[in-house]
Amino acid sequence: MSFTPSENLKQEVAELLTHYPEGEQRSASLMVLHAIQSEAGYISKEAMQWAAGEIGIQPLNLYELVTFYPMLREEQPGKYVLKVCRTLSCALAGGMDLHRSLCNKLKLDPKKHGLQTTEDKKFSIEFAECLASCGTGPVMMCNDDFFEAVDDTKTAEILGGCE
Amino acid sequence: MPQEHKLLLKYADAPDYSKDLDCYERHGGYQALRQALGMKASTGADGNEVTAQAQLRKSVLDSGLRGRGGAGFSCGLKWSFVRHPNPKPVYLICNADESEPGTFKDKQVIYKDPHQLIEGMIIACWANHVNLAYIYIRGEFTEGAKILNTALAEARAKGYLGKDILGSGHDLEIHIHRGAGAYICGEETGLIESLEGKRAYPRIKPPYFPAALGLYMCPTIVNNVETLCNVKHIVEMGAEAFAKLGTPNNTGTRLVSLSGDVKQPGYFEIETGKVTLGELINDPNFGGGLRNGNQLQAIIPGGSSSKVLRAGETFKVGEEEMDLLDVPYDFDTLMKIGTMSGSGAIIVIDDSRDIIECLANLAEFYAHESCGQCTPCREGSLWMNKALHRLTHGEGRAEDPEYLKHIAHNIQGRTICAFGEACAWPVLSFVDKFKDKFEEKVSA
Repeated sequence: MSFTPSENLKQEVAELLTHYPEGEQRSASLMVLHAIQSEAGYISKEAMQWAAGEIGIQPLNLYELVTFYPMLREEQPGKYVLKVCRTLSCALAGGMDLHRSLCNKLKLDPKKHGLQTTEDKKFSIEFAECLASCGTGPVMMCNDDFFEAVDDTKTAEILGGCE
Repeated sequence: MPQEHKLLLKYADAPDYSKDLDCYERHGGYQALRQALGMKASTGADGNEVTAQAQLRKSVLDSGLRGRGGAGFSCGLKWSFVRHPNPKPVYLICNADESEPGTFKDKQVIYKDPHQLIEGMIIACWANHVNLAYIYIRGEFTEGAKILNTALAEARAKGYLGKDILGSGHDLEIHIHRGAGAYICGEETGLIESLEGKRAYPRIKPPYFPAALGLYMCPTIVNNVETLCNVKHIVEMGAEAFAKLGTPNNTGTRLVSLSGDVKQPGYFEIETGKVTLGELINDPNFGGGLRNGNQLQAIIPGGSSSKVLRAGETFKVGEEEMDLLDVPYDFDTLMKIGTMSGSGAIIVIDDSRDIIECLANLAEFYAHESCGQCTPCREGSLWMNKALHRLTHGEGRAEDPEYLKHIAHNIQGRTICAFGEACAWPVLSFVDKFKDKFEEKVSA
């Protein structure tokens, strides 16, 4: 498999590289990986190779980031990635029940904390650590969208809104 | 009756307030920046010239502003560690990696009033001779990053950013840099490593004090979102008026994030130290009391890393005997009673909760978030998580409470960064203060 960046991605990466001082382009790594993941859904080895060339670093320098930062993924997730907050305030507000109920609805394992994907590749779900909305728990994200005080009605709306 | 005192959140939630530049300017936005840029050099007592920038830095020091990210260190003092003029470029980074469990205050400013942060940053950059600054925002704030990017573009178009800001001769560019879900990036040297495109392994101090060897081994100032917003208000009000807010050595206002078992969780802005823990939890203007007639069991007073407080505890503060609920919410009193106000996040736990489950939840957080650089923290956080997991799954051992403390003691003080303390303190305090609950759990 090879990686063919879109024109948009090429432009975005070129722009990102200008955000850091001359000679410090390695700084753009995380932002470049975000750009790739937001377009492709994940970051393949080939994509890392391409990006490393653009930045002027070794692919390994990117791989060590992908394996360190929880938001970065090496495999294609479902079309919609659900992140449910696991940490204390949300847990007190029912975050565990929310995760369980979503897993049951999607026929996934409620005991699993990490990323899991439905067979039809429509949904992935994972626990996330504190999402910084502790006053309105339980909170979850569906791709980039944020949802607070999620109850059964809202869960149905969120899932129903995913085409 | 205790009241909120809105300074930073004065407009954020007003119905007609929006996050665009026009609205911000209509509400007096960027006047503080103009005021700062218009300051003139003066002559000091020794006859030497004191630059306008040095006056502003002195003003921030005199205001008593303390960092709002967690450590509560004097902002003016932090700034004073950078030498001027400096042979290297000086960088400023806004720490918007809000991720201490329980904390959701910076988000309010970023999402609702982004220009307030940007104005505070521009003033801080000007005062510290910074020409390039970054906002390091947590990866999950995707929308927040977009909002800030739009706001930066607006500010650029108006000449508040770029070359020769408002004819001051000062150049400044600010860029957004997104994190990617790692809590350790909130630690300032970990943040700097991350911004350099590396894993966020914190740096050892000495020698890597950011003020001397920070971003790209250049002097760097890292300030929290709320701290930088306050800079704008210090310019606007003057240091003296700002220092009158709050209580001595605990000046200004604080954004408090209240969550857990209260009727009205949410964020509140108070004069530092003018409202007590009890009022924050029970007063109708704040938390409104506990739900379903439940009783208070515990308070985590300053983010999940702070030491827990048990309902009914009393403390001796100076000469005064003080009940837990009468403790004023500030920096110093919380320190005196053996904990901290940290990031201003209060998590309330009522008596319907299994307190050990609560600790187990936090232990899992720290086990997940340890960066793995230092062995005591990497291994210890996992061991503590394991022991707490068995305690909450009916397999606890009689020696577990002591075992947990033993591990925690071997982490704190033995790591490069304060994450070691952050993961040890909850365990030490929960085990000490809820010994009876642990014993019940083990014998059950």
